[in-house]
Amino acid sequence: MPAPITAEEIESMILTALPDARIQVHDTTGGGDHYEAIIVSPAFVGKTRVNRHRMIYGALQDAMKERIHALALITMTPEELQQEQASQIVNIQSAKNR
Amino acid sequence: MADAIQAKIDEQVKKNKIILYMKGTPSFPMCGFSAATIQVLDSYNVAYESVNVLDDPAIREGIKRYSNWPTVPQLYINGEFVGGCDIVREMHAKGELEPLILAAQG
Repeated sequence: MPAPITAEEIESMILTALPDARIQVHDTTGGGDHYEAIIVSPAFVGKTRVNRHRMIYGALQDAMKERIHALALITMTPEELQQEQASQIVNIQSAKNR
Repeated sequence: MADAIQAKIDEQVKKNKIILYMKGTPSFPMCGFSAATIQVLDSYNVAYESVNVLDDPAIREGIKRYSNWPTVPQLYINGEFVGGCDIVREMHAKGELEPLILAAQG
């Protein structure tokens, strides 16, 4: 059995392929087998979600086949992140006003 | 042999307007990601075909090659690869999945 992967390893593999990305990797169960990665990079501009995910899978290559059991991906451009953050602030505001 | 599997998958994908390759079945999903995808699909109240990749190792490996996508579940609508669980959920949340499903129904 190959050794379980760590969040740091996943992050560094993605960073090698996308050096300008901002990445957060969470171990969602604490067991080293279910991860969630949020990746924000200008390299995603103009790319479909399928192609963005393929870029990440490409960066992880063999680890994806052998060492990563489950990895949820959220990919955003810096602009999409701003929009997301803005809409969450709006949600919080409207919840307060209710 | 491998080509026969690719041809078989291609036929399934083209023959069914909505088809999900998953682990387990819609009533008994065997993985959280497959279960979450089923939940989204069922919210539209549409008929869809599903293939349990755990039943056939050749399909399980073949589907990854077919779409150049390393994970299951995989959703196809109108012969096109839509995405895996994260993408399906995101499209659902943003209202982008419904038009695809409606188009497949029409």
